[in-house]
Amino acid sequence: MENLNLILPEIFISLSIMFLLILGVFKNNSSKITFNLSLFAILITTIITINETFSVTRETLFNESVVIDSMSSLMKIITLIGGFLVLVISSTYLKTFKIYNIEYPILILSSILGMMVMISSNDLIVFYMGLELQSLALYVLATYNRDQLKSSEAGLKYFVLSALSSGLLLYGCSLVYGFSGSTNFDIISNQLNSEEYFLTFGIVFILVGLAFKISAVPFHMWAPDVYEGSPTTVTLFFTILPKIAALTVFIRFLYVPFLNLIDQWQMIIVFLSIASMVFGAVAAIGQTNIKRLIAYSSIGHVGYTLAGLATASNDGIQSSIIYISIYVVMNLALFSCLLMLRRKDQYYEDIDDLSGLSKNHPLLSLSLLLILFSLAGIPPLAGFFAKFYIFKAVLEQSMYFLAIVGLLSTVVAAFYYLRIIKIMYFDKEKDKYDTDHSLWLKLSLTVSTILILLYFIFPSQLIEVVSRINII
Amino acid sequence: MNFPILSSLILLPTIGALFLFFTKNKEGNNLTAKYVALFTTVVNFLISIYLWISFDQSTSSFQFIEERIWIEGLINYKVGVDGISILFIILTTFITPLCIISVNNSVKNRLRDFLIAILIMESFMIGVFCALDLLVFYLFFEAGLIPMFLIIGIWGGARRVYSAFKFFLYTLLGSVLMLVAIISIYWITGTTDVVQLYEIGIDVKYQNLLWLAFFSSFAVKTPMWPVHTWLPDAHVEAPTAGSVLLAAILLKMAGYGFIRFSLGLFPIASEVFTPLIYTLSVIAIIFTSLIALMQEDMKKLIAYSSVAHMGFVTLGIFTLQQQGIEGSIIQMISHGLVSAALFLTVGVVYDRMHSRLISTYGGLVSVIPKYSILFMLFALASLGLPGTSGFIGEFLILMGAFKDNFLVAVIASIGVILGAAYMLWLYKRVVFGKLINEDLKKMLDLNRSEYFILSCLAVPILFFGFYPDPLINTIEVSVTDLINMHNTNMASK
Repeated sequence: MENLNLILPEIFISLSIMFLLILGVFKNNSSKITFNLSLFAILITTIITINETFSVTRETLFNESVVIDSMSSLMKIITLIGGFLVLVISSTYLKTFKIYNIEYPILILSSILGMMVMISSNDLIVFYMGLELQSLALYVLATYNRDQLKSSEAGLKYFVLSALSSGLLLYGCSLVYGFSGSTNFDIISNQLNSEEYFLTFGIVFILVGLAFKISAVPFHMWAPDVYEGSPTTVTLFFTILPKIAALTVFIRFLYVPFLNLIDQWQMIIVFLSIASMVFGAVAAIGQTNIKRLIAYSSIGHVGYTLAGLATASNDGIQSSIIYISIYVVMNLALFSCLLMLRRKDQYYEDIDDLSGLSKNHPLLSLSLLLILFSLAGIPPLAGFFAKFYIFKAVLEQSMYFLAIVGLLSTVVAAFYYLRIIKIMYFDKEKDKYDTDHSLWLKLSLTVSTILILLYFIFPSQLIEVVSRINII
Repeated sequence: MNFPILSSLILLPTIGALFLFFTKNKEGNNLTAKYVALFTTVVNFLISIYLWISFDQSTSSFQFIEERIWIEGLINYKVGVDGISILFIILTTFITPLCIISVNNSVKNRLRDFLIAILIMESFMIGVFCALDLLVFYLFFEAGLIPMFLIIGIWGGARRVYSAFKFFLYTLLGSVLMLVAIISIYWITGTTDVVQLYEIGIDVKYQNLLWLAFFSSFAVKTPMWPVHTWLPDAHVEAPTAGSVLLAAILLKMAGYGFIRFSLGLFPIASEVFTPLIYTLSVIAIIFTSLIALMQEDMKKLIAYSSVAHMGFVTLGIFTLQQQGIEGSIIQMISHGLVSAALFLTVGVVYDRMHSRLISTYGGLVSVIPKYSILFMLFALASLGLPGTSGFIGEFLILMGAFKDNFLVAVIASIGVILGAAYMLWLYKRVVFGKLINEDLKKMLDLNRSEYFILSCLAVPILFFGFYPDPLINTIEVSVTDLINMHNTNMASK
């Protein structure tokens, strides 16, 4: 008998989704209660997952197609906390656009479920199932503000391109299956050798599909449009959660089934990483919409995460995970600021709308200042340490070119972050924004900003947690 | 464990800044905020004086060392001072309160924020000078960019945005390569602790590249020709207090870095690249002196003179002679005092006339005599008149240079003459001559606080000019030890 306790979080969240759907259908005006119950469900799931972390080192289930280890637990916890915060700060925004409906929390929950399946997958089929579950939920979320043309456009674009990449991914999986005779990662790992030419095609297709999901250059084209068109809270969801899941899968693919084929994929990852870092930095310079700018900046950040993966070392994996964790906090903070730019039921998302913010809203602009400097990687803020760990791992493998290109692109990237700061601090002020924000929004901004600012005092804790992850 | 005096030096200004942050922000002349900031910095200055008194001058090893584990097995928070760094700390704690007193007129809006930025800046600068771990050094070195960017950008003049960006991006670009080098050193030797690295030494085959990476950062910050162009822009647009901080202390970070890291960690590479430094320094001295001659703007002129003076400093450091290095350190301290004083004197007339152009002025001596006397003293100190601290530095540097390379020393000496030319010509055009501009007649002479600040700067300039022993005694053992270490490293090559 399998130990079903291990997938209790997934089971619990599935049951909650079903229950909430039924509740939503049978009860009128149940938006509020659905929201609160989903938050509660996520909270319970988080507690179960955290509880599980202490007892499990590495367990597999269902003929080894699902794996529970320290990496999956950590990533699930980050996903759940991220999901919780996204949901909790969404409500004011959704109410403003009159889309405060029951579908929103349920879709978010399904997407989180899909991600959790992805994170735990140790089998091509389980992985694909999870991927599709989260993607389908995301397509709908992108179009969630369906009265707006841009939102529908974003959803459609995302759907078409994502379906294409899923196709590539599936084709890659089928090739890998063809050469190894199994869909299980561990068995594939033992069966594969680098003699087969067509196997390389399989790997490339899979990597392309995954690169699409995390929007690495040159498979990033969807990101700016989708980020701009989707409702802001959904954009926040896009910038953090799918990246965590896809990164975990990336790590699993590279370091479990394809570990022996390192010569085949290392150059690809290095290329993806350099291209993303450089492109993310350069393309963001001309942007005027903050959400588009964040899209490009997140492309750049994905590049740094991939740089850690390219090292093919435990240090590299750990540094990538640290990077993505800090990235999540920084983006939560950034979007909290963005959601505060509201005046008379209208949200502002152009960079020029920030003009002179520091005069009317000194605290808000101070936190935004810290967040932006942190994103730019200036010490002593958290973003610097994130980059530092990455480059430490990269230089350990003597990949000097990658490190120098990466660091030089931080200088270019600093330019566009500075431009926002310039607009906030050096330019003329505009009208005041509303200040009656929800408590959760204020709380998430305050806590994440303090984390960013004071990370340097306690840097060891995060490392300690992450250092338990040993994939290789 | 003793009282953590260095950490308290670093932390105290930040605590003051936090305190200010939580006080209510009043518009206009916020006296309370100013007194709080002043009090914090003065206390810090007293602590640093106590540090100097209890400093043991007879040993070259690091003192007041504090070490704490920061990131397990990676970074230790380690600070300490030796004869070289202690003077820079005192310079920092001495200049900052003067900056705060001087903000009277130049900063009109958001005074509280300005003071917070200055206090945080002080913390970072002290941190740079006492860090004994490469990563801790890097953290402080880079973190200083944030407050300085804001000081130039928010409170600067017309072209402040351009200057702030130029300052930030130039220095960041220089520094990222240093970060690569620091991490590489960690992987090569297994530590980033400077004291340990001094003992272990770094393999010769890596030294050249690592030296160049550090150089890229320090050269921008010094600034050396041809990457000096951010400095005049930043200076001209920064408010007076910002210019003072920038010229007096920020520029010294790089000179200090050259001595502590380039010479200390890469002795062989330093020898290899001496010709490069000599060439750049000599070009800087001659070229920027000539540019300074042609400036219309007083602040720009002083900024270019700073580049020339820093050219002397880098020249002196890489003579690798006792006199040269000692001269460089004294020149840095002296330049810290003199350039601060000169920027403040420009600030005084700028506050009254709102013009930095030399052509606005002329004949000031008959209107504001006290000012003219002090200005003369600082101008003479800047050109290195015997009896001022500027002379001691330049003289020792040239002595070291003559020992090492005759030609370079001769060219550099021409720079001294050019220095005298642009300073005296500036002084002549501003202070002497006919009083043509009618508005100047209404000018008031120095008020109490300005008089106090400028006298505070004049006293050490004269004192150390006549009696440099306290400075030389402090640095002597450390410099001798540095030279010895260098020589043994060269001998064992």
